[in-house]
Amino acid sequence: MSAPVAPPSASLSPVPAASPTPRAPTDVSNPAYYHKVVDCQWACPAHTNVPEYIRLIAQGRYTESYLLNRESNVFPGILGRTCDRPCEPACRRGRVDGKPVAICRLKRVAADNRDDVRDLIPKAPREKNGKRVALIGAGPSSLTVANDLMPLGYEVVIFEKLAEPGGLMRINIPSFRLPASVLDEEVGYILDMGVDVRYNSPVTSMRALLAEQWDAVFVGSGAPTGKNLDIPGRKQAAANIHIGIEWLASAHFGHIEKIGQRVLIIGVGNTAMDCCRTSRRLGGTDVKVIARRSRKFFKASPWELEDAEEEGIEIVENHAPKTFILANGKLVGLELERLRWFEENGKQKSEVVDTVTIPCDDVILAIGQENAFPWIERDIGIEFDKNGMPVVDRKTMQSTHANVFFGGDAAWGPENIIWAVEHGHQAAISIHNHCENVSLDDRPAWGMNLVSSKMGMHAWSYSNDYSPQSRTKMQHAELTKRFAGLGVEVELGFTAEQTATEVQRCLNCDVQTNFSASLCIECDACIDVCPVNCLTITPDYSNDFDLRAHLSAPATNLTQDIYASAPLPQTKHIMVKDEDVCLHCGLCAERCPTAAWDMSQFELLIPYAGRQSRGHLVGAR
Amino acid sequence: MTSITKPPVRHPSLPKNALGLTKREYEGAMSTLCAGCGHDSVTAALVQALWELDLPPHRAAKMSGIGCSSKTTAYFLRQSHGFNGVHGRMPSLATGANAANKDLAYIGISGDGDSLSIGLGQLCHAIRRNVNMLYVLENNGVYGLTKGQFSASADVGSKSKRGEANVQPPIDPVLLALSLGATFVARSFSGDKAQLVPILKAAMRHNGFALIDVISPCVSFNDHETSTKSYRYTRNHYHDIAPVDFVPLRREISAEIPDTSLVAVTMHDGSIVRFRKVDSEYDPRDRDAAYAYVRARQAKGEVVTGLLHIDENAADMHGVSGTVDTPLVELPYEELCPGSGALAELMEEYR
Repeated sequence: MSAPVAPPSASLSPVPAASPTPRAPTDVSNPAYYHKVVDCQWACPAHTNVPEYIRLIAQGRYTESYLLNRESNVFPGILGRTCDRPCEPACRRGRVDGKPVAICRLKRVAADNRDDVRDLIPKAPREKNGKRVALIGAGPSSLTVANDLMPLGYEVVIFEKLAEPGGLMRINIPSFRLPASVLDEEVGYILDMGVDVRYNSPVTSMRALLAEQWDAVFVGSGAPTGKNLDIPGRKQAAANIHIGIEWLASAHFGHIEKIGQRVLIIGVGNTAMDCCRTSRRLGGTDVKVIARRSRKFFKASPWELEDAEEEGIEIVENHAPKTFILANGKLVGLELERLRWFEENGKQKSEVVDTVTIPCDDVILAIGQENAFPWIERDIGIEFDKNGMPVVDRKTMQSTHANVFFGGDAAWGPENIIWAVEHGHQAAISIHNHCENVSLDDRPAWGMNLVSSKMGMHAWSYSNDYSPQSRTKMQHAELTKRFAGLGVEVELGFTAEQTATEVQRCLNCDVQTNFSASLCIECDACIDVCPVNCLTITPDYSNDFDLRAHLSAPATNLTQDIYASAPLPQTKHIMVKDEDVCLHCGLCAERCPTAAWDMSQFELLIPYAGRQSRGHLVGAR
Repeated sequence: MTSITKPPVRHPSLPKNALGLTKREYEGAMSTLCAGCGHDSVTAALVQALWELDLPPHRAAKMSGIGCSSKTTAYFLRQSHGFNGVHGRMPSLATGANAANKDLAYIGISGDGDSLSIGLGQLCHAIRRNVNMLYVLENNGVYGLTKGQFSASADVGSKSKRGEANVQPPIDPVLLALSLGATFVARSFSGDKAQLVPILKAAMRHNGFALIDVISPCVSFNDHETSTKSYRYTRNHYHDIAPVDFVPLRREISAEIPDTSLVAVTMHDGSIVRFRKVDSEYDPRDRDAAYAYVRARQAKGEVVTGLLHIDENAADMHGVSGTVDTPLVELPYEELCPGSGALAELMEEYR
């Protein structure tokens, strides 16, 4: 989109005629509009109310903050350490000063500082509703289903192949990132409602399970198979070549306690990061991660890459494995092709520059995971596609068998914990509808609260001043200490001072600039005072493209909405707001002589199985 | 008044001018005026105009007296010179400063009280001397700082907030300036930046005294139904007789569209002001016609706005006085004050 050539004051440029069909004013009563303004919450698969929980932390109300988190994401302590954080790249603060608010780490602050919440979380009723639900696998998606259905009186049975609950959260995430005590406590909140967990009980036949007449079956068995790399030497060197997730599980169970000094990790996703850092703790001193492409294409989260590099792990870019090299029947090195990438017809292509050999004692393959359902018979009404993946409805999580639902990595392949949680919530709604004989498409709707935050003359119920602080850095355990054992947690959490600084960086995007066109006298005060030139009063343009180009500052970020008001009383122009970098500082509302602008706190009411989220705004209902 | 200052963050696509500055660099301190005050819009229009003109902030001097309007010099160009003086005496300050250093851009901000009551004589003589400056008269018809008494520009029949009608005839700064021989006379409205900004730019480039009477509603004391200086009244009686476009010297005019309704006036520095004549009778270069036109429209209850009169051929104060080209402030002391010998010689001439 090109910027307008003439400055807005060139009054001889033709003023657009009123558009033939007047634009419908932006409908802010639709919860989706203001929800999208809260970038973090919109990006979060589980729609966690981030700004509100950060404000609760700022007020020292850790328990309330934890409970608000738990309602949507179920595992605040776990996710506060391990979440993939889709919220942070989305955070408006990132567009303002380059670094998002440390949302994830603040979540951990709430979890670490909470009081005992056992009396404050839902309990299962003594009286059951007579419905029986089987969940396969005790990972995050199944646990979420149990969390949502137990309070409604369901009898929930989980079949788990291992001896402990948690799924990948337990066996694939190393304990130096996620201490077992944190996991045990949060999983315990759910299981202690009376979930019947059958440990060491892998489901070997879906047909047999279905024959047990469950009212619903939920498959949350994850994507348990690590991909193999079939290149020359693979078989001969098998003793020193490990599949990443299996190796991590073995390390967790203590089946392996050592690895060679020189270790190569193939692949550069988050599993690779866990593998290389675990290697450093099991005897690896020269650990390298091999990537086919350059850094900007890496799948691993930037912060996990940073943490690995801090531990002295080298990332080798643009290298592709070619042959395992053996000497005396033992792995001694890996031959790699050095690649050069270039673009051709819009596609990334590579050519081999030369071949290099890196000596090594062990290789760990972390090039992806696959689903495998050998235990689901293909003639029982559960359809699979040509890739061997179950056919699952994106919205309802239902398979082609009316009683069978999928979620987590089992549904569409590897995602992350927070997506698994959201799948669990949606599956629970579907299972509840299914058991109540309600159509699965008849899903409870999102609701909203919108309450003025005005407390008096220029006084708001939130801290509206902008904090220019840069993002707080997480303190890490010293390198010498952290390699002492697998269970030494690396991230130390924020101190009280760091927390106090970081919470002020949040822009409170849920406190919305709510406009009443009928009150506006078009004095321009809001437009003049807006620090980021979000606002414009303009004749209407017939399309958004022209409108975006003719604002106080061109609205070039098309992923961000623009708000358009109803025609204003005096000139019939419209008020337009570019949501992109609004600081929610409230200056527009403070300068408005007629309170046409108000800073109104928005709260999304999220539906869960059998209920709607509680809603925390005082005076909202 | 606001509870916080403006955060030091800007929109990523905020354009920069030829000096590499964004509009934000032309701002000043936070306004402490009432929310919705027209004066804040005038300030914003000034910020926009000065930014568009690529004015180096340190080459400007902001002059003001007393009043809500006179506070506003604090709210733009935080890195320029300035003098906030005695009530109504800003024209003297500006005249003196301009006499000493004619190379600075002088921006005087005043109000209807400061200019038309206590400082009326000062204003008249600054016009008479054609001091090279921008003179913005933020006109709201009331004394806002003292709780809303009628000012000298209040219209007959306009009612105060308490319902009392004004009975004394107003002083119209535009008619006053035209009759005194002002070389640049305009009227605008704080609620119409599309008009105000180009007029401000042209005024900054005018070589002489440029008066802009800006209707700038007082939201606290004069924005009610029965006021003739409210946002609504002004919008309803607004008549833009000659929309202007300011074309700075550096911008090349490539495809000049032959348009008979356009009148172009070349400014002192070579930049051009173009008018679109809404009324074919109107010629902003004809002082008497302008005077008659404004009077006639006024009788019909219209608020005539636009660049009403311009005379680019008159000499400014320095031209009339025949001062040297070098600003006096830059002259070596020996030249500026040649000593008692030179004075004695001069005195000898008059014997």
